[in-house]
Amino acid sequence: MAQPRVLVIGGGLAGLSATMRLAELGVNVDLVSLVPVKRSHSVCAQGGINSVNTLTRQQGDSEWKHFDDTIYGGDFLQHQPPVKEMADWGPRIIDLMDRLGVPFNRTPEGFRDQRRFGGTLYKRTAFAGATTGQQLLYALDEQVRRYEASGKVKKWEFWDFLEPVLDDSGRCRGAVCQDLVTMRFHAFPADAVILATGGCGLVYGRSTMSMVCTGSAVSRAYQAGAWYGNGEFIQVHPTAIPGADKLRLMSESARGEGGRVWVPRKPQDPRDPRDIPEAERSYFLEERYPKYGNLVPRDIATREIFDICTTDGLSVEKDRLCVYLDLTHLSREMLDRKLGGILEIYEKFQGVDPREVPMKIFPAVHYSMGGLWVDYQKSASGGLEEGSPRNQQTNVPGLYAIGECDYQYHGANRLGANSLLSCIFSGLFCAPGVVAAGNAVKKIADDASSRLFDAALRKQEERHEALLARRVGNENPYALHQELGLLMTRVATVVRRNEQLSAAYDEVCGLEDRWQRCSLSDTGNWTNQNVVFTKALGDMFPIAKLILKGALLRDECRGAHYKPSTSMPGIAATDPVEQRREAEQWCDRFEENTRKWLKSTIAKHGADGHPEISYEDIDTSLMPPRPRLYGLVGGDVIEEVWKERQKRASATNGHAAPQPVAAGA
Amino acid sequence: MIQSATDHSMIHPDGDGDSHDQGAGQRFVHVRVLRQDAPGQESYWERHAVPYEANMNVISVLQRIAALARAEDGRQVPPVAWDCNCLEEVCGSCTMLVNGRTRMACTALVDKLLVENPEEIELRPMSKFPVVRDLVVDRSRLFRALERVKAWVPVDGSYDQGPGPRISPEDQEDAYPLSTCMSCGCCLEACPQYTKIEVVRREGEGEEEFAARRKAAFDHGFIGAHAISQAVLFNGHPTGKMIADERLQSLTAIGGIQMCGNAQNCVAVCPKHIPLTRSIARAGRAATVWAIRKIFDR
Repeated sequence: MAQPRVLVIGGGLAGLSATMRLAELGVNVDLVSLVPVKRSHSVCAQGGINSVNTLTRQQGDSEWKHFDDTIYGGDFLQHQPPVKEMADWGPRIIDLMDRLGVPFNRTPEGFRDQRRFGGTLYKRTAFAGATTGQQLLYALDEQVRRYEASGKVKKWEFWDFLEPVLDDSGRCRGAVCQDLVTMRFHAFPADAVILATGGCGLVYGRSTMSMVCTGSAVSRAYQAGAWYGNGEFIQVHPTAIPGADKLRLMSESARGEGGRVWVPRKPQDPRDPRDIPEAERSYFLEERYPKYGNLVPRDIATREIFDICTTDGLSVEKDRLCVYLDLTHLSREMLDRKLGGILEIYEKFQGVDPREVPMKIFPAVHYSMGGLWVDYQKSASGGLEEGSPRNQQTNVPGLYAIGECDYQYHGANRLGANSLLSCIFSGLFCAPGVVAAGNAVKKIADDASSRLFDAALRKQEERHEALLARRVGNENPYALHQELGLLMTRVATVVRRNEQLSAAYDEVCGLEDRWQRCSLSDTGNWTNQNVVFTKALGDMFPIAKLILKGALLRDECRGAHYKPSTSMPGIAATDPVEQRREAEQWCDRFEENTRKWLKSTIAKHGADGHPEISYEDIDTSLMPPRPRLYGLVGGDVIEEVWKERQKRASATNGHAAPQPVAAGA
Repeated sequence: MIQSATDHSMIHPDGDGDSHDQGAGQRFVHVRVLRQDAPGQESYWERHAVPYEANMNVISVLQRIAALARAEDGRQVPPVAWDCNCLEEVCGSCTMLVNGRTRMACTALVDKLLVENPEEIELRPMSKFPVVRDLVVDRSRLFRALERVKAWVPVDGSYDQGPGPRISPEDQEDAYPLSTCMSCGCCLEACPQYTKIEVVRREGEGEEEFAARRKAAFDHGFIGAHAISQAVLFNGHPTGKMIADERLQSLTAIGGIQMCGNAQNCVAVCPKHIPLTRSIARAGRAATVWAIRKIFDR
């Protein structure tokens, strides 16, 4: 039987690992990417990739604990079987990448070295210098080049995915893409299409993401009928270097080594920061959190820095939100020894020596936990059934999503060094199921197929021509993008308030209307980056709307989604009896909230252009939800009460509380 | 690839043509760009002026130019096309000639460039690759060279076979810098031996026919320092070296390492400070040994 033909959109870690595995299974793959695949956004990941390993296993670690950390870190918003399967695959994936030649750091004896990352007690993270993402991507790029040389893979680099092509029954039969050089359109009939197109950071204007991370590919699938899950969950990293062009990460270790965060008490004090006396500085983290100081948990640091600039208006600069991260009180020698690498990054891009002048930093949009809704088939052991065509398939049959553009693995918040794992895992794991789906699909007649693709091509050509032909209107797409980014950053990142979200939704609709009046400054048909950007911008609005709507409706705090009006403060009482009473109330409220909100937000693109929101129950069959109490006042009392409740519940159910299953031991 | 505007209120969506008015103490950055509308067309200089901002890099200057879409003289012009992606000097996209030097545009800071030349910043496309448009060049030859030297570990497959080989920290530290090569092409731009190969599609020529002809033309040219260094990287890997001879064969074929003129420009311009000349020396020695062995094996 002829092998199916698969179209992969996106050549980051997820797209390349899927391509490699598909080619190995004998499938012919067309690989479409906006940039040469070796230049994909995965190269930006620095820290590492998580997996239980020989060493941590002997310290009590297991795949189960990695699973548990991921679920707990994600505030229980993930279906548990896919996460369990991913954690189980971790060791195999690291071994594979090791065999592919990734230069992981080594111990003196020649084993892979590991470091510790946030959200776990174990040194689970394998790393290759400060460029782990780049190294993993290159290893996969090399294998895919090998398949390209043997003719199994055909790359289409500098091509833009425009729409999935669906037949009358709603099945995906391929896609239409556009050559970014010649601007010609091309139909790609395929037995399955896999989207591996990453996050949507550019909806927020500037972020830590690369310039291709517009979310446009996902938006086009969504507008064609694919569902979008948990869009409102966007991870914001507390410390980034605000650049005029993008935001670059500044490692948390700067605060770990004694860096102090402050703003001048006088708004936008024009003096050189070094000339501002201590009394006229607000070390707001130290003032508000005397116990933790500058090392408050990541989400709190993010919120406080954000709020002091937006709500209190104390940003260091007027046109650009930022606070000082000050290392200048520390000795040069110590800074060079402990922080040399990251200080060089600041110096390289800011042209300022952070040993001499306080750094200016601000939180930055960093990762999209949400993405296209995808299916899975649960196995008897609680993981996934390998080879099932349902794994990673969107609600559109034949259309798959993997990597950052799916919603599957990180719930309400992603743990550091888990993204590289989820990308490679979903790419490798989906392949046999995609092949099975491709083999099972009934071919359509040639004439029906050409009718379908001709119509899709015509539609895209007409959209393109209409854009080029626009003469009326003087809206500038770059200025509109700036407005959209500012708005989204203001209302839909760190702190969310219903009245703001609701107003912003209307404003985005207004921007979308104005987008209709964008006129192009380049109306040619050769490497027209102007029209490509304008199209991508147009496709950001549906994503912006589903983020806002999802955030507006979700009246709770969960992971990255923080709404002050619904936050659950800790215990105020000091009297033990009163404390217990408050803890009982707290737990009641937590249970009530879990019943109401432990659900995935599902957005469907409505005919009127507005998202229709519904909710999907979450498979928590492996690990019952429990409160995240880190840093909460009175957390110990709440935990005590919670444990008693769990014990009572399991006693009345007649079975013991869920015990970890020893996996892979 | 895609230019994003920023939150500085410096963009005039419907500017009235006097954006170069330097009144009210507004400072401007003057930029001279060598433009070319398409392959085979004449190139021409065009001057732009964008409002100065603190901490600008060349990328943000180009973003402002795209948003303004006006030349310095007020004429409406199509935005300058350029390549970029990560803006963190790790993806290798945004190579161009900034004030005559090959480098990444993202780390080219305006303040430093203005110290060099307060009058203007000059931007040109790389000269060793065919211009696609303006500052965008076609670097497919660079990736073809990686295929020529089989720059990969020839694993049996991607199924679980346990861990990779044990590697000493010294060997890892040796390999890691070579593995940070981001295929930016700076070393090739600076190399006197690397000359431009531009293959133009003939009328009526099929896509595959053209691709094959282009590949053949590429394979006659110098393979380049980046590919030699990758061959050294994989010939040093315990599994990679299993096809070391095949790589040495490529390195000694037409356009191979013998073309290196030892100008050492490559190592001087590498943004990642990869020891390219050391790689070339190692590859040269290995190639010599291999060639002699081949004579005796006959």
